[in-house]
Amino acid sequence: MEKTIQPTDVQPGIPKAPTGIEGLDEITCGGLPAGRPTLVCGEAGCGKTMLAMEFLVRGATEFGEPGVFMMFEENASDLTANVRSLGFDLAKLERKKQIRLDFVHIERREIQETGEYDLEGLFIRLGHAIDTIGAKRVVLDTIEALFAGLPNHAILRSELRRLFRWLKDRGMTAVITGERGEHSLTRFGLEEYVADCVLVLDQRVQEQISTRRLRVLKYRGSVHGTNEYPFLIGARGLSVMPITSLQLNHKASADRILTGIVRLDEMLGGKGVYRGSSVLVTGSSGTGKSSLAAKFIDAACRRGERALVFAYEESPAQLLRNMRSIGIHLGPWVAKGLLQIHSSRPTMQGLEEHLVVMHDLVRAFQPSVMVVDPISNLTLDSRETEVKPMLMRLIDFLKQQQITSLFTSLAIGGGPTPEDSQLGVSSLMDTWLLLRNVEFNGERNRTIYVLKSRGMAHSNQVREFILSDKGIDLVDVYLGGDRVLTGTARAAQEAQERAATELRVRDHRRKVEQLTSKRRAIDAQIAALHAQAESETAEVDFAIAQETLQAETSQSNIMAMARMRGGRIGDNGRTKGKQ
Amino acid sequence: MKLREFPAKRKSAKAACVFDLRLYVAGQTEKSVMALANLKRICEAHLAGQYRIEIIDLVRAPQLAAVDQIFALPTLVRRLPEPIKKIIGDLSNEERVLVGLEVQRVRG
Repeated sequence: MEKTIQPTDVQPGIPKAPTGIEGLDEITCGGLPAGRPTLVCGEAGCGKTMLAMEFLVRGATEFGEPGVFMMFEENASDLTANVRSLGFDLAKLERKKQIRLDFVHIERREIQETGEYDLEGLFIRLGHAIDTIGAKRVVLDTIEALFAGLPNHAILRSELRRLFRWLKDRGMTAVITGERGEHSLTRFGLEEYVADCVLVLDQRVQEQISTRRLRVLKYRGSVHGTNEYPFLIGARGLSVMPITSLQLNHKASADRILTGIVRLDEMLGGKGVYRGSSVLVTGSSGTGKSSLAAKFIDAACRRGERALVFAYEESPAQLLRNMRSIGIHLGPWVAKGLLQIHSSRPTMQGLEEHLVVMHDLVRAFQPSVMVVDPISNLTLDSRETEVKPMLMRLIDFLKQQQITSLFTSLAIGGGPTPEDSQLGVSSLMDTWLLLRNVEFNGERNRTIYVLKSRGMAHSNQVREFILSDKGIDLVDVYLGGDRVLTGTARAAQEAQERAATELRVRDHRRKVEQLTSKRRAIDAQIAALHAQAESETAEVDFAIAQETLQAETSQSNIMAMARMRGGRIGDNGRTKGKQ
Repeated sequence: MKLREFPAKRKSAKAACVFDLRLYVAGQTEKSVMALANLKRICEAHLAGQYRIEIIDLVRAPQLAAVDQIFALPTLVRRLPEPIKKIIGDLSNEERVLVGLEVQRVRG
């Protein structure tokens, strides 16, 4: 999608002139055949003139190839006014000699034909215009008007043949527009003369939504995309959306960014999602998808990064108000220019056009984070075969720009497996968060889990997702019996557990006290026994003392008696012996 | 480059510029030579003294092609009387030239 063409994109052999039109150079592998005419045909109002004009303006301003715009139906001032809406200032480009406009006015009533003539006047005019600015590109829009102005078609045809050859000889890369005919590509069969490259534009209304499409019908000497590609005429010109990117080569960042919800980041391996990855958030109504997205945006803006939001259900003011109610203040980010919110009705345009609008805005704003809320609104009316390639294209584009994207999606039906309702979109996403309502115990509660997240270890746990005026929080759910407890059931379980803990604590305390008093009783008993033992000891001592005293008393009595009897006391044996 | 080959033959001031004609050609091609010859003959036959012819060679003055809205050659432009009329071709059909120039009515 670069303005400069990759060397690998260009086929050897046939030189190409890049159009600078978003996506067209990709389809044509480098641009239109240089130095040759290209036919652009389609019905009225399908964008032929715009395509031709952008080819010329971009050629002049971006590729240094001035161009001549020769118009046959619209006059120069009308055209100038018409393309001003695309941001092209033709008057300025004319002054700078990058563009030259020439209105060939053919008024049938003024013209009388008589005898032989040729269109040499046109050649001279064109040649003069080319020489004046050194043009390399030419647009003839719509040359078929000549057929209405000039009755002699035989002359006209041979002259047109000569004109296209002349353009080729002069090396002009030319775009010739032609109105679609009933049985042929163009009403007067211009394809007969311009055979190198043919682009067909088409505008179709499907389910009340009109979409413009472009197809490369023929490109001699070059490969090209053969599909029909939707395109849009936006504020910055044409954007063609090649349905599938030719390569799958975007770089993968190892950088991680946080989602803004701490517990969610924990679930995603602790570090959030990869930069440039895509996140799908699905859930039925009221599961908190938008809130999660808002938190994601808030986190990006807090980091000082730009965020772009496409809201398909709420107006910007409504979104800001609603998010304020859960404590997410996005208003200041809008004021700071970090956040852009684009609200529109999904039915306003076809899916393709929405995506082209996204492209344009992303290119203009260069955000690092993008949110689409919800993508399911875009995809509801469209067939799945259309949706997936378009989203693939968008995600490819975002990845190339390293923009982290978050898409919310409404799970339809709310069946047991919301996974089924995702239109095969989920396979394009790197991370898939599933939000679910759990109805139990007379209330609905929100749960969240990570269904997949490529390239990281992620939690397999279901968490309860709580929205309050303080914001978003994730809490662990309780597994009670065989089911997940959330909300008041979880609160009751928590209270119950708290009560049980309290009881246990008290029980412990009581037991400790019991033990203490028992110990005290034992101590008292020991003291009593000690006292008893002491008193017994005292008694024994007393008795012994008494006995001793008695014994001493009786001894002294004996001695006294002996003295009184005149014997010797104590040594009477020995005394007796010696005697 | 304007070549005034046929200065008007003035009989009276009023009659002088009734028919102001310009013939655009690209060089001396067969068609342009024939156109000029036819024009001269018709004018002399029907508009003697009331016309003026300017011949413009776009090869020498290419910028005039856009200014005067010329695409086919040769082209005869009746600048006066108004409205502007254009006759393209080698003017070989005298009747149609006269119809184109609305000569009959002016005379009648």
